[in-house]
Amino acid sequence: MRMKRVAAVAAAATLALGMSACGGDGDSGSGSGGGKGIVGKAQSQKKLVIGVKADQPGLGLQTGSNYEGFDVEIAKIVAKGLGVDANNIEWKTTVSANREPFIQQGTVDLVVATYTINDERKQKINFAGPYFIAGQDLLVKADSTLAGPEALDGKTVCSVTGSTPAKRIQTEHPKAKLQQFDSYSKCLPLLENGQVDAVTTDDIILAGYAAQSQYAGKFKVVGKPFSTEPYGIGLKKDDKAGCEKVNEILKAAASDGSYKTAWDTTLGKSGKAAPELDTTKLTNCGSV
Amino acid sequence: MHVFADPTNFDAYVSGFLWILKLTGASAVFALVLGVLLAAFRVSPVPVLRGFGAAWVNIFRNTPLTLIVFFCFFGLYSTLGLRLSDDLDRNNYWLGVIGLSVYTAAFVCEAVRSGVNTVPAGQAEAARAIGLTFFQTLRIVILPQAGRAVVAPLGSVLIALCKNATIVGTIGLIEASSVMKDLLNSNGDAVIPIFAVFAGTFAAILIPTGYFFGWLANRLAVKR
Repeated sequence: MRMKRVAAVAAAATLALGMSACGGDGDSGSGSGGGKGIVGKAQSQKKLVIGVKADQPGLGLQTGSNYEGFDVEIAKIVAKGLGVDANNIEWKTTVSANREPFIQQGTVDLVVATYTINDERKQKINFAGPYFIAGQDLLVKADSTLAGPEALDGKTVCSVTGSTPAKRIQTEHPKAKLQQFDSYSKCLPLLENGQVDAVTTDDIILAGYAAQSQYAGKFKVVGKPFSTEPYGIGLKKDDKAGCEKVNEILKAAASDGSYKTAWDTTLGKSGKAAPELDTTKLTNCGSV
Repeated sequence: MHVFADPTNFDAYVSGFLWILKLTGASAVFALVLGVLLAAFRVSPVPVLRGFGAAWVNIFRNTPLTLIVFFCFFGLYSTLGLRLSDDLDRNNYWLGVIGLSVYTAAFVCEAVRSGVNTVPAGQAEAARAIGLTFFQTLRIVILPQAGRAVVAPLGSVLIALCKNATIVGTIGLIEASSVMKDLLNSNGDAVIPIFAVFAGTFAAILIPTGYFFGWLANRLAVKR
């Protein structure tokens, strides 16, 4: 009896020691090092944490541990301009609802995730860009006669909780019924089964979904954008230097052809010609 | 607290918790009825009913609630076309109630069944001896005594149910946890206070509930 107990205690102690032996290895976590901004971090640590979408085909899509899409390519261009190799980027999945908190809390250094520049967000974070101008549109069934947002009254629309498109439907088309999820991918089966009449977000995201093989020929984008969504690159509000640097990198990318390459290897595959990156429209990084 | 001083935010906060309370209330009623019925099945002399009760408990108790609620939306509603209301929120609400009820019923059933085991076998034998049928025995002798023994565990089940109601947010009902996410999204600088208010509200609802059930259990206990 006593021997048993001693053995048990010994076993437990061995276990505990074994556990503590492989404890934390001092991973200092991520985030920008105390106000130096991304330029300083990229120089000193040679790595960056970048937030992208994981479920938007053509823009930011996660396959296994890989991320691919236009946003991802833009992020790589920016990282390269900051002196960080694409292999040293730590990708982090962001959803529409956690982009500002991630930036404010330093969970990510940059966000390139179909991130619309607007005044409300400018209160909290800084935007470089825009690197692309999208517009909110509707995705409907291929045989649908829904002609545009004014026909939404009494119809059911699916979008993502907390996103710009969802809020616009609530304020501008209050008679439409809004079904909200945490990602657009959940909206598509509903559209296919007819429980929702339309899915709404930016045209370019919708086009990416419609082009997926399992939905080929089933859906169409209405093609009447009812907003302007300039996609920016989000960073910490006080990181003015970083923001200006990113804008310089974007300017360079527009002239040296890397912007066009980023488009052609991703969204351009749908046959859409590369847009012009209008460098006159770049943000002033919060300076008044 | 500047976040909750904004009337829009405050209204969202109130309506979020109202949904939670509605979900909890409706699901509690259905789960209690269903759970007691399942417990009766599981102690009955009919093998088919016993098997049905056991299968129900094993399936729903061991499936994550997230999956059950998801199935209610994407299975029952989206694929099979079960529509419970023309209003979108109401429809999502009822789908959530179905999911919460079938899941919680499994736990209610097990609690009630453990209560049945606290009733001495002599009680059932005496009831049979005076000529009561199985269902009379259950209704008049066993369940009243078992019910008194399971007040406290059922209180725990109710508390768990109330917290589990937040899962219905995943199918698009804007309940408390969805409101919280939305507020966090637009106020990334006030994460801790927002979190504290929501967690505190749950605590303010549930701690008294716990004490109430403790008191009730004491009062109703069968002093043997």
